[in-house]
Amino acid sequence: MTDPFLVHHTADPTADTSLPDPHQDTFSKTVLGFWCYLMTDCLLFATLFITYAVLHNNTFGGPSSKELFDLSTAFLETMILLASSVTCGFALIAAVKGNNRNILFWLAITFLLGLSFIILEIDEFRHFVSEGHSWTTSAFLSAFFTLVGTHGLHVTFGLLWMGVMFAQVYWQGVTIDTFRRLVLFSLFWHFLDLIWIFIFTFVYLLGVI
Amino acid sequence: MFGNLTLESFQHDMMQDMAVYGGLSTGLLVLLLITYFKKWPYLWKEWITTVDHKKIGVMYIAVVLIMFLKGVADALMMRMQQAVSVGDSQGMLSATHFQEVFSAHGTTMIFFVAMGFMFGIMNLIIPLQIGARDVAFPFLNALSFWLFTAGAMLTLLSLAIGHFSVSGWLAYAPLSGLEYSPNEGVDYWIWMVQISGVGTTLSGVNFLVTILKMRCPGMTLMKMPIFVWSALCSMVLVIMAFPILTATLLMLTVDRYLGMHFFTAGGGGNPMMYVNLIWAWGHPEVYILIMPAFGIFSEVVPTFSEKRLFGYVSMVWALIVITILSFIVWLHHFFTMGASANVNAFFGVMTILIAVPTGVKIFNWLFTKFRGRVHFTSPMLWFFSFVLNFTIGGMTGVLLSAPPVDYQVHNSLFLIAHFHGMVITGVLFGFFAGFTYWFPKFTGFFLDEKLNRHAFWCWTIGYLLAFMPLYMLGFMGATRRLDHYEASTGWHPLFVMAAIGAFIIVAGATIQFIGLFWSIYNRKKNMDPTKSLFSNSSGLNLKTGSMGDPWNGRSLEWATHSPPPIYNFAIIPTVDQTDPLWAYKRGQLKLFQGGYEDIHLPINTPVAMYIGLASLVFGFAMTWQIHWLAIISFIAILFLTIYRLSCKNEHETISAAEVAKIEKSYSQGNAA
Repeated sequence: MTDPFLVHHTADPTADTSLPDPHQDTFSKTVLGFWCYLMTDCLLFATLFITYAVLHNNTFGGPSSKELFDLSTAFLETMILLASSVTCGFALIAAVKGNNRNILFWLAITFLLGLSFIILEIDEFRHFVSEGHSWTTSAFLSAFFTLVGTHGLHVTFGLLWMGVMFAQVYWQGVTIDTFRRLVLFSLFWHFLDLIWIFIFTFVYLLGVI
Repeated sequence: MFGNLTLESFQHDMMQDMAVYGGLSTGLLVLLLITYFKKWPYLWKEWITTVDHKKIGVMYIAVVLIMFLKGVADALMMRMQQAVSVGDSQGMLSATHFQEVFSAHGTTMIFFVAMGFMFGIMNLIIPLQIGARDVAFPFLNALSFWLFTAGAMLTLLSLAIGHFSVSGWLAYAPLSGLEYSPNEGVDYWIWMVQISGVGTTLSGVNFLVTILKMRCPGMTLMKMPIFVWSALCSMVLVIMAFPILTATLLMLTVDRYLGMHFFTAGGGGNPMMYVNLIWAWGHPEVYILIMPAFGIFSEVVPTFSEKRLFGYVSMVWALIVITILSFIVWLHHFFTMGASANVNAFFGVMTILIAVPTGVKIFNWLFTKFRGRVHFTSPMLWFFSFVLNFTIGGMTGVLLSAPPVDYQVHNSLFLIAHFHGMVITGVLFGFFAGFTYWFPKFTGFFLDEKLNRHAFWCWTIGYLLAFMPLYMLGFMGATRRLDHYEASTGWHPLFVMAAIGAFIIVAGATIQFIGLFWSIYNRKKNMDPTKSLFSNSSGLNLKTGSMGDPWNGRSLEWATHSPPPIYNFAIIPTVDQTDPLWAYKRGQLKLFQGGYEDIHLPINTPVAMYIGLASLVFGFAMTWQIHWLAIISFIAILFLTIYRLSCKNEHETISAAEVAKIEKSYSQGNAA
């Protein structure tokens, strides 16, 4: 089949007759729209970050970040998520080459990495709660659980999305639509990675100082 | 099984019951009539499943009309209560009910009237003004509308089942926390705002991409109509501000549902953080509403002055400066919180600065009229009233922006008068002007001009009578949200005057409603004469056939039929200046080049409506903590989204031959 990546980047958008409207390039519109969505999400996280910054000393008799955080788990989570970004990139390269089997393979690897990230995070949360430090303990812990948990929820949605993409690539192969969605997914996944870097730096690293 | 929902939730005092039964019976009557006239297939096919931006725009305005009735009824109840509840008389509302009423009034008017009206007009006009066939993401557009409607319906549901929030339209913490507002009111508020807010964010993305990506050939950014510019700035603000609202509501939600301590009084929470965050969204929100109104006036004034807009470039820069400044003034809503004097001074100065670009706009409009040929049509009347009252309102805003003054009149009726001056004479009058101006474009006939004028005078006089006394009352020390006061205050006469003003406003709104239905009933008489005729014999391209240009317009929305065909433009126009139609009518510009081509359009789908419905159920279930229903509806939303994303063919094609046939039927004057 033709290379969908090239199709969307040729000077003449009418070269691909399957585009719904040659006047209107769905690919670039959707990618721009998705970028805008990512910026809204970025601002949502910014709000949670700011709130965390304001509240992180309000421990109300509960543990402080210094007493609570274990950097080794967070570091492991960071490495896993970074690795998953790499494998997600491999999936996209496979998509550009139109190699269905490789897409599925790398998506599966990315999925497993994402899943292990979530499992680690849930385990960390469970550990905190079992020691009696739940989100109801203090404003600091409320902000912590909400910020990190919102990121975790995003990753969970990413896993769901990957499941759908897996099925779509399996049954439909690389089409204009599935290719576009893979590109959007990879933007989403890298974005989550970026947010996690901020969480790792501002919440965990600065938290233990 | 039913969470916190009990039979008692259905019991209210007599007045609310009357409203509920009235609403229910009217709704039932409408449903019966639709069934009797067998209009369900028509409604389903043409409206409910549509992804056409013009129809979505009309539906927005239909929902707005319903919500407007509710908002006005709330306002009237408050004014009546304050007019009679003096001294020994306690008025007709209990204190709690009064609190519900003012909370509902603000929420309804801002989220479901002003926002809905704005998106309605933007849907109707933006794609036409930029020479596009639809918005960038038609399905997403329909989804935004249905989420907005779900939020609005949740508001109406709160009237019949349970209670509304008593913590004001912004639900300040810690009052809105579980400790002080244990019942379902705040939960209703959270979910109605959250659901419609998600819709608004999606709309923001949609229109931003539409404006950036779908302009017709030749329309560079600095050749866009000012309404499109104002919408662009407004959508940038939506994208930047609404996520803050989403996050803030999320934190309030987990405070209430999971016992967290973001904004609680105890547990280390910080209620001041809530006030900061809600206004970091809330202040841009005001500009999100006012800028499209500015844009509308920038279209109305040149058209009815038969003159190019004065100072186009300065208009654009004024919008951009307002966009930026709107994000660094939020603290002026709570100078009294006690930030340091320097912080207050910074925000005070920034606030005063906003008067500069706004003043630029006012002068530009006035200079546009200067030596123009001004037509005193009703859109222009709204403009005159706007200029006068908005300037007064703006001046009082400048007063309020000085922290020492603000300490005196903070939370007084002076403030109420100020911001109603902004949202009634600014936002609402702007939308009224736009609605009247563009009405013949999306219907093909005019609104009744005579009734419009009556409505205009009622609104203007009613506004002055209702709100000028509030300025005085504010200075006399009357705080907002009072359900009772002593006779010795001497406020009574002014409150009575304000109530009379409110009644005159209601008379104006009633005339508008009657005028709308009368115009629809009488549409044959009010038909736009240019609807299917050549409006101008000089230099008209025969290819476009008929035109709908009743006002001798200047921009592209008047370069197509009224109402526009489903594809808007048979041939995508090419422009080289800000007033392309004006140049075209003088033979200076060839607007339509080339012949008909196949047109690809998205096909209708009910999925957007289903997602909206599932969101409504989800919001209701979360409010009453009916967990199984919440889970089911949430899964339904997920499933519907995935289903939609797995559909393959979302487009249909109208062949060039069919386009030619449709265009021909228009030029013969027998099209719908």
